[in-house]
Parts: sequence; structure tokens; C-alpha cells
Amino acid sequence: MPLTGVAAIEVAGLHKSFGDLEVLRGVDLTVEPGQVVCVIGPSGSGKSTLLRCVNRLEEPTSGEIRVEGIDILDPEIDVDRVRARIGMVFQQFNLFPHLTVLSNLTIAQRRVLGRSKRDAVEVARHNLARVGLMDKVAAYPAHLSGGQQQRVAIARALSMDPDMMLFDEPTSALDPELVGDVLDVMRDLARSGMTMMVVTHEMGFAREVGDQMIFMDDGVIVESGRPRDVLSDPRHARTRAFLSKVL
Amino acid sequence: MRRTTRRRIRRGVLYLVFAAAVAAVVLAADWDRIRANFLQPDVARAQLPEIITIAAKNTILFTVISFSGGLVLGIVLALMKLSTVAPYRWLAIAYIELFRGLPALLTIFAMAYVLPIAFQVHVPGGTIGAGLLALILVAAAYMAESIRAGIQGVPKGQTEAARSLGMSAGRTMLSIVLPQAFRIVIPPLTNEFVLLIKDTSLLFIAGSTLQNKEITTFARDGVINSNNSTPLVMAAMLYLLITIPLTRLVAVLERRLGRSR
Ligand SMILES: Nc1ncnc2c1ncn2[C@@H]1O[C@H](COP(=O)(O)OP(=O)(O)OP(=O)(O)O)[C@@H](O)[C@H]1O
Ligand SMILES: [Mg+2]
Repeated sequence: MPLTGVAAIEVAGLHKSFGDLEVLRGVDLTVEPGQVVCVIGPSGSGKSTLLRCVNRLEEPTSGEIRVEGIDILDPEIDVDRVRARIGMVFQQFNLFPHLTVLSNLTIAQRRVLGRSKRDAVEVARHNLARVGLMDKVAAYPAHLSGGQQQRVAIARALSMDPDMMLFDEPTSALDPELVGDVLDVMRDLARSGMTMMVVTHEMGFAREVGDQMIFMDDGVIVESGRPRDVLSDPRHARTRAFLSKVL
Repeated sequence: MRRTTRRRIRRGVLYLVFAAAVAAVVLAADWDRIRANFLQPDVARAQLPEIITIAAKNTILFTVISFSGGLVLGIVLALMKLSTVAPYRWLAIAYIELFRGLPALLTIFAMAYVLPIAFQVHVPGGTIGAGLLALILVAAAYMAESIRAGIQGVPKGQTEAARSLGMSAGRTMLSIVLPQAFRIVIPPLTNEFVLLIKDTSLLFIAGSTLQNKEITTFARDGVINSNNSTPLVMAAMLYLLITIPLTRLVAVLERRLGRSR
């Protein structure tokens, strides 16, 4: 943790409603630099919405979100510049199907960061090597397995040299035998010191890699703590009920 | 009787009916008169080479101009129709309804003759320029609807992925959404292109000098001058020579693009 002591992500009193439906009902959360925070909870509890508020894919109804000390809900702020520093990985990969793997990795580097083609390609190759897909530079996404697509999606986000990464159920759409490769990449990433917020049902991964575990239910954080504590000794009845269903 | 046997018999009967119909047409037709009126080599020779070097060239040129112009304006209209700003949506809806509702011929006439007189507006290129502008306006209205559907056919996750990488809304539209929408839109746009090829024949109403006649006008004048219908047959062949390879080409293109999906 840098001496400055500024949190990577700081969420306070976050509310989000879709029409009449209040999905987040007062969420407070701090992610320190280099921390891996795993978010668990039943379907519809607001996990994705929380993650999507952090890079403003959803507009919060009220509350405060600071990324590296900067209030990202400030109307004056350039949200594109904030997003460029926060990588996001989706359940459905969302690779650009009309572009090759290499172009998927270079397009935002060039258009957003203004990198030269040479620099962008170099960064892209480095990150493809990191996820073990050097041989797929020229392939189109449709020709990759789900696990490979997700690893390309991670490499795409990493190519922007983000300060932190958000993962929304990155392995939920994958066949079981492909989950391992993606988790390996995420494990390496965590070891390298990346700040990560991960919505996941992979309790083994969370226990091994997570510094903090958050259990959400019905739009609030019910319980948080070290993953091994939350998993083996949950304090709240709702956490216990949820864990008994998924474990 | 077994089902396959019955089906085979039914197909055999259909072939017989078809053969009988063809025979009836061939026998009933007065071939000498047809040859004299529609297939006169002398008349045909008199149309050459201008029916190709001028008329077919103009048909293609006018189609390309009105298609390109219509495409650009159609994209703008589609984006307006998808805008979060209500007045833009209303404007786009009003435009599309207006120009799809009016006959193209009327629009061409209005642009070529009414506009200059009523509003002192003069389009470069004279009446034929005004006629082309009318075709652009009409084509845009039709294309806007297809393009809007294409844009909406691109999954929302694509926009979200692009925005999460820091791309602006405009950049996302240009680099991520429109290229994918374009693939969805190729079949309806091809259709529009073929319709436009034929709609260029409506430009006759905007008046024509020899240099800007397209195929239909050229052939119609040929019929009047030669008192023979052979030029019409030539015109029909020319249209088919243009449209059939085009639709084939697009089918191939579509299959190619489909592979990278
Ligand atoms: N754009 C939206 N419009 C309306 N309702 C929405 C929207 N997005 C999410 N919701 C609703 O908000 C609630 C929380 O959704 P969210 O996706 O955050 O849950 P989740 O915890 O990620 O669930 P899951 O495990 O199924 O992904 C759900 O009831 C969902 O239907
Ligand atoms: Mg979710």
C-alpha cells in the first residue's frame, strides 16, 4: 500500500434505483490498493449494479464514489478518463467480433490513450503472452473457445494499464473445464499486486486469493471480512443460509 | 400408395403443367411480329454505343450518387431517431414518414420545379441535380429505418465494453457499433440499392439532355424515334446485367463476412 494512504475505491452511502426498484440501499465499501475484494450474494442482490456504479456504467441515484481519491460522480469529471484507468471484465466476454484479437487489444490504446501503433501492438503482445494466447493474435473472437475469449478480454483490459480491475462473474458463462485457465490468469494478476473487485461464485478462488469477502443481499452488504472467516464462520443467518446453498 | 411415391407423382404432374404452359405461350405467340417489333437488329445497332456509354453509365452514376448520399443522411437520421433528445427523434420520425409516404416521382418533381420557383432555391447541377437530391432524400428515409434496426441489433454489451475501455460515445458508435450494424444491414441496403437503380428512371421528369439520359429515358426516346420497341428490350437486358451480378456479389460478400462472426 502506498504511503499516501488513498483508497483505490471508496464507496459511501451508495443508492441505486431502477424506477421503483431500489437495487442498492446504502452500500459502504473501501478497497485498498493491491487488495482483492470478492463479492458474493444471491442473484438479484445488486452485485453487478455495485460493480457497474464504480465505473459509472450505471448512474448512482445517490451516494459517493471515489476512485483513487477522485470523486467520480462530480459532473465536471471526464468519465472516459476515469474508465480508462479501471479495467472491466464481463460475464459474456464482450469481445468485438468484427476485430481480430490484436485489434481488440489495440483499438482503445490507440483511440483513447493515443499510443502509436507500434507501442500499442507491443503492449498487446505482452499482455497476450501474459494470458497464454500469443498464438491467437490474428484470430477472430468467434474462432476462440469461451475460456480463450475471456482471457483475451482480460488482456484487452490490461492493455490499458489500468490501476484496478473489476470482474463480473468472469467464469460463470464457461464450461467447467475452461474455468481453471481463467482463474489461473486472475490469480497471477492478483499476485502481481493488481487491485481487484471480483463478483464470483468460485469460493475456492475467493478463499485462496481474496483479501476481503463481501456478502451482499437485497441491496446491502450484510457481512464482510477475510474470506476464510466469512466462509467457515459466517456471523449472519442470511450469510449462512446462502453459503449452505452454494457450498 | 407410399408417401414418397405419392410425392413423386405430384412433382411429375407439376412438371407437366409447367411444360404445357411454356408450350402454349410459344405456340400462341406471333413470332414474326415479336421479331419485327422487339428484336430488330438495325434498330438495336442504332442505339449503340450511346445506350451503354451514356445511358447505362448515367444509371450507374446516378444510383451511386443517390445511394452514397442517402447512406450518409440515413445514418444521421438513424442516430437522430435513437437520440435521447426528444426533438431530434420527432424531427427524424417526421422526415422518415414524409419521404416514405410521398411517391418518389412527386418528390423529384417538387425538387426540380417547385422549389426553385417557390423558394428561389437552386440546386447545383440544374434540374437533374435537383432530381438527384430528391432521390437522396427519399433513399435516406428508407435506409434510416434499416440502419436504426441494425444499430439496435448490436448487443448492448458491445457498447458497455467499449465505454468501459474509456472510448467516448461517438468513438464507440463509429468504431464498434456501426461496423457491426453494417453487417446486419447489408441485405436491406442491397435491396435499397437495387430499388434505386430502378428509381433513377424516374429522373426523366426532371428533364434530360442527351448527356444525362439514363437507360429508361434513353430507350423511351429510342422507341419514339425508331417507331419500334427494340430499345425497350435492350433496356431490360441492361438493367438485368447490372442488378443480377450485383445481388450475386453481395451474397458472396455476406457469406465472407459471416465467417468472421
Ligand atoms: N437496467 C436495469 N433496469 C431495471 N432493473 C435492473 C436493471 N439492471 C438490474 N436490474 C435489477 O436490479 C436487481 C439487481 O441486479 P444485479 O444485476 O445487480 O444483481 P446481481 O446480484 O448481479 O445478480 P446476478 O447474480 O443474477 O448477476 C435485479 O432485480 C435486476 O432485475
Ligand atoms: Mg450480476
